[in-house]
Amino acid sequence: MFRPDGRARAHYKALYARLLNSPAEELVRNKQEADLSFFNQGITFTVYGRGEGTERIFPHDLLPRIIPSAEWDTVERGLKQRITALNLFLKDAYHERRIVKDGVIPGELIYTCPHYRREMRGLKVPRDVYVSICGTDLIRMPNGKFVVLEDNLRVPSGVSYMLTSRRVMKQIFPMLFRKYGVRPIEHYSQALLSTLRSLAPEGRSNPTIVLLTPGVYNSAYFEHSYLARQMGIELVEGRDLVVHDNIVYMRTTSGLQRIDVIYRRVDDDFLDPLTFRSDSALGSPGLFNAYRAGNVVVSNALGTGVADDKAVYAYVPDIIRYYLAEEPILDNVQTFLMTDPAQRDHVCSNLDKYVVKAVGESGGYGMLIGPHSSMAQQADFRERILANPRNYIAQPTLSLSTAPCFIDDGHVEPRHVDLRPYVLFGESVTIVPGGLTRVALRKGSLVVNSSQGGGSKDTWVLQN
Amino acid sequence: MLSRVADSLYWMSRYFERADHCSRVLEANYILLLNPSKPSREARWNRITEALGLKPESLSGDSQANIMRLIAQPGNRSSIVSSVAGARENASQVREQISSEMWESLNQLYHKVTAASSSGEGLDPFRLLTSFREGSYQFYGVSDSTMNHGEGWHFIQLGKFMERACGIALLLDAHFSEATGADDLDWVGLLTSCAAVEAYRKVNTSNVSPDCVADFLILNPEFPHTIRYAADQMSYALDKIAEITPSRKSARSERLIGKLRASLTYVGIDEIMARNLHSYLNSVLEQCHTLHAAMHQIFIDYPIESALEA
Repeated sequence: MFRPDGRARAHYKALYARLLNSPAEELVRNKQEADLSFFNQGITFTVYGRGEGTERIFPHDLLPRIIPSAEWDTVERGLKQRITALNLFLKDAYHERRIVKDGVIPGELIYTCPHYRREMRGLKVPRDVYVSICGTDLIRMPNGKFVVLEDNLRVPSGVSYMLTSRRVMKQIFPMLFRKYGVRPIEHYSQALLSTLRSLAPEGRSNPTIVLLTPGVYNSAYFEHSYLARQMGIELVEGRDLVVHDNIVYMRTTSGLQRIDVIYRRVDDDFLDPLTFRSDSALGSPGLFNAYRAGNVVVSNALGTGVADDKAVYAYVPDIIRYYLAEEPILDNVQTFLMTDPAQRDHVCSNLDKYVVKAVGESGGYGMLIGPHSSMAQQADFRERILANPRNYIAQPTLSLSTAPCFIDDGHVEPRHVDLRPYVLFGESVTIVPGGLTRVALRKGSLVVNSSQGGGSKDTWVLQN
Repeated sequence: MLSRVADSLYWMSRYFERADHCSRVLEANYILLLNPSKPSREARWNRITEALGLKPESLSGDSQANIMRLIAQPGNRSSIVSSVAGARENASQVREQISSEMWESLNQLYHKVTAASSSGEGLDPFRLLTSFREGSYQFYGVSDSTMNHGEGWHFIQLGKFMERACGIALLLDAHFSEATGADDLDWVGLLTSCAAVEAYRKVNTSNVSPDCVADFLILNPEFPHTIRYAADQMSYALDKIAEITPSRKSARSERLIGKLRASLTYVGIDEIMARNLHSYLNSVLEQCHTLHAAMHQIFIDYPIESALEA
């Protein structure tokens, strides 16, 4: 919010003025109104891993994060470039593997990835679109530029919080909205529906689209239910599905209804007990065969995890250059592969300076934050790295940028934030301006993931 | 709608009605048990266990303790708290289908009853039962006003009246098979269990003869807590569902409900009493069970092969 000289940046001036002119009680009241609005809408998230698995109201910070238009335009171009390249990579990885033959990426990196699905080899995906919905995490470096921290190409979540928090903010700060001219985001659901529709199999003119959820006990169930309602599509679970003669149906009171497109919020592993994990009750037996036969489309496609593996991430700039013959518009964060002996040795001797991440994890789990860790934790991670180097990467500890947050007791303090824009790849690429700004709510914490107690802010991209 | 969703709505409704019925039976008998009378306390409790379809040994000893067990014991499948938990469990699976007010009302009631069950002694069961009844009226009222009366609604009605028909049949059977020594108060108690005292008096004056009571509770077409009314409502719900799901083979369920309604519409209480009330009520129960199974087979659990033929 502030320049190094302490003055508010141009795009934050209006918000700063508002904060200066509002007594603390008014802001506290605004916060309470916002919380009540979230509560009444039942916007919840289930938090695990702290001895409880309870439903909580999604923590939301009152103050918006503001991004000037020119800055956003660069981000948008960079994201479009990135998703285009990643889709080309996925097609190549599951077909000719030219990128491996040309020596740009080592083949074993792809094949040792736990999310590489041999079942997808040679399978034709509609319009070669593997990733139709992507959530890319960005952070701002000290020099002010946005860089990509990671891509989420499997089952990215959080968009419902982005949409619901915008609605609440409009109620709380109508004047600020009017003053600023914030780019709208409400078209997301419509754009998502169009994207899904564009993937429908040939000849299905009025495709039946469903959202496949693991069910009410899943931590993101609110979002599944919210999006299904917004799009007007059926919310189904694995047990509602039946596959017969390679066609997927859902069991309704009027009989079996054929399904054409499945927006699945279930991991690859659980989609089909006949092809993947046989103990899964969340999918439907035979689903993959129907997919292979081209009778149903699954979005995102199976096997996209090979492109959001954190070790493959390190090669994304090369991927962009290889398929598009362009320089990446958005940079990566410097990443060290533990499979490289020199890099591994260096990192293992300096664990207190690095953030070590397991390549296939999400939600902020399986991570060591060097400067915040104990000797015992470092020793544990060193062992894990040596036992399975393919499974880890390291990045320098970055100071995530901060944004002002309204703390409960009535004043404003900085907290670390990142940014997750949502990218839709259908007939064309649609990116809703802004995205979810995630906040590490605990003072000094760098973990922004909602599953570990992070919260969110509304993100305002300005019209001009 | 999805079969699973229809099923959850149906069961949410059945469980809730079960809790409601149990609370009325307990409330009515609570007062009765305070009066010294010819049927022994034990006989009265036997009647209650039969009426609620419980195992005979499940209730013993202190009346107060028994009542609390039936209200608040979570492990007891017939307790009010169990039934409300079952209703809530089903509702939580289909929250998008019911209105948020319905969910809140059900949730509040659930918490009220579970709080009672964990706080143990010192509770007045009568006040609990009254407060439950009020919460139950609120749930039914909120449901009626805030939910769309579409396919989901009709499955809810089907569940409610199916459970009600079975509940009243069992209750009547229990009262009439242990009728020796029953006095006027017992028959009024039976009517109270169905919230029917005032409605009965409008039709029959305050004269409570067993035959008139049976006639009212089985055959009256206008009062909501009678078997005939329940059957009529089930038939209406099934008709509406059949309209919405035209490809379904609902002829069988239509026949079953038609037969049940006929046995309630074109018969008089003298005939029933002359033949055998017990076997008549048993037949009602059997028909309800068959209808339940048929309904499941047609809309919920149908085998794939039959669905693909169409």
